[in-house]
Amino acid sequence: MKLHEYQAKQVFADAGVPTPSSQLASDVDGVLTAAEEIGYPVAVKAQVQVGGRGKAGGIELVENDEEAREAAESIIGMDLKGYHVGQVLVEGAVDFTDELYVGITMDRGEGKPVAMVSTKGGVNIEEVAEEDPDAIAREHIDPAFGMHPFQARKAVYDAGVDKSVANDVASVLTTLYDLWESRDGSDAEINPLMVTADDEVIAADAVMNIDEDALFRQPELAEMEEEAASGGDELEQKADEYGFDYVRLEGNVGIIGNGAGLVMTTLDLVDYYGGEPANFLDVGGGAKAERIANALDMVFSDDNVDSVVFNIFGGITRGDEVAKGINEALEQFDEIPKPVVVRLAGTNWEEGMEILNEDLVTVEQTLEDAVQRTVEYAEEVNE
Amino acid sequence: MSVLVDDDTRVVVQGITGGEGKFHAEQMIEYGTNVVAGAVPGKGGQEAAGVPVYDTVHEAVEEENADTSVIFVPPAFAGDAIFEALDSELDLAVAITEGIPTQDMAKVNKRLSETDTRLIGPNCPGLITPGEAKLGILPGNIFSDGKVGLVSRSGTLTYQVVDNLTNRGIGQTTAIGIGGDPIIGTDFVDALELFENDDETEAIVMCGEIGGEDEEEAAAFIDEHVDTPVAGFIAGRTAPPGKRMGHAGAIVSGSGTGTAESKISALNDAGVPVGDTPEEVADHIEEFLG
Repeated sequence: MKLHEYQAKQVFADAGVPTPSSQLASDVDGVLTAAEEIGYPVAVKAQVQVGGRGKAGGIELVENDEEAREAAESIIGMDLKGYHVGQVLVEGAVDFTDELYVGITMDRGEGKPVAMVSTKGGVNIEEVAEEDPDAIAREHIDPAFGMHPFQARKAVYDAGVDKSVANDVASVLTTLYDLWESRDGSDAEINPLMVTADDEVIAADAVMNIDEDALFRQPELAEMEEEAASGGDELEQKADEYGFDYVRLEGNVGIIGNGAGLVMTTLDLVDYYGGEPANFLDVGGGAKAERIANALDMVFSDDNVDSVVFNIFGGITRGDEVAKGINEALEQFDEIPKPVVVRLAGTNWEEGMEILNEDLVTVEQTLEDAVQRTVEYAEEVNE
Repeated sequence: MSVLVDDDTRVVVQGITGGEGKFHAEQMIEYGTNVVAGAVPGKGGQEAAGVPVYDTVHEAVEEENADTSVIFVPPAFAGDAIFEALDSELDLAVAITEGIPTQDMAKVNKRLSETDTRLIGPNCPGLITPGEAKLGILPGNIFSDGKVGLVSRSGTLTYQVVDNLTNRGIGQTTAIGIGGDPIIGTDFVDALELFENDDETEAIVMCGEIGGEDEEEAAAFIDEHVDTPVAGFIAGRTAPPGKRMGHAGAIVSGSGTGTAESKISALNDAGVPVGDTPEEVADHIEEFLG
């Protein structure tokens, strides 16, 4: 789960990280009022969960009411990389001399958190990591002890941060780690951390990703999630409500399966046989009939989908439950909206085949046959 | 011979009184696994799935000589349950639980490095030595006894590939599901080493997926240390960057690491053919076995 910038900034500010004064607005008047209170120049920043907002026209620096109005009109309501912009953050512009990067993430290879500092802030840090890895100082943290103050200082000195602000940057890094740990972060980043002419540091952006598996012990952040989720892809929101692992893709072959690896494999096979996957949808383990029906409802609601493949290899999941759910979902239609191909294997697949209403679906025995048949159906629609 | 488990393995099931724990303890027993006890705080003295339940894993070790644990404990308490298994100095702990917070697993990982216990999982289907024992939730009926070792990050993909093998009459020595989380115990390299050192394993299937660099590390290890022929499969070729595909570990980062392409080419460079489909993986294995 990714917090919006304004949410992450609030979390950081509450913990003592210096941030510019800012206000959230959702219409032109709100932007003008906020700008007046904060004082020009201000930045108007789209609050959507995608990177590269600036390049995509989602961030404007404005000097006066007229520019603020223009920026508000162009940004609020815009479609930014597929996301509807409902809100903007109006934020005091910072006069800076340097831009730094600080971040905490989990190094999965080491199985340990890692603190990172770089003097190459303000740009895409992943590019820096690839092209000039030495420009990022890294310090691994023992998850049992947490970050010692000396480790924060070491990372800051290793990165070559100017001594005049080194202590302040180390302090921001320590705060960031404490937040990351106490809030179950997966990533916590400030890019850029701006350095002013007066040697102050200010977080001009804020990124906080929370481990979704830990939301049960982060009730405050779980509430923020509902806010954060608004404005995203409609189908992805629906998937959230149903509790599916779902990713929307560009193609027209709908895919439903159980287990991440098997669903990914089904996507890959659709591609291999010349089709284009429309989505990744994992119903998870042990899905009951209702859940299966919901999955079909999801995929049918995607207008891009021309045909659907159901690939279930039961372990915990039972074939009879799956068949019941497919029947339930399809029997409500006078005419099935899109052809559905079903492949059932594993636990109770024979019971499932007995229950499945074969007037409504096409049955295939193997994964390969099921995928090829579904791709053919999608092609027929487009002929 | 078998890898890690056999019919002498003495299993304690942590969380045996829960729905999943009870059902799968019964399934394991039915398969022939030597389940000797359950462990559930506050339920000591009861009986579940026909075995005695103890309040702690330590008691199950003292009273029943348990040497292996299978963990069906909800995510909020599962990290602690693994710590308990490690503290009880078991040989093997298998964590089935999906959705354990990553920071909990980082702490477990740290403790794990200080013990002699082997951890498999979490978020995994477990492991099976066909005809002897299964630890976890794998459907026993699709497996058959034979000469192929199988290691996979995904449960259902394991079933798919095993099905392709079994349908051709190709059996397995042991199949290990290592799990799809970012931080896991036993990884590909560990499993490959076990199979390489097992006299009965004549070919290995390795099923990987996008995310992380474990497959690349495995490829380097195979190049240096593995003489047993290996065939691979990598799920997630069509996955877009930045999107988590179900597994917490299955995400291609924006900078292009962890892609299916980089994993396939690393494996190919190590002499490992990677099938485009599970059926092709079975083709390669058939060739290896002659």
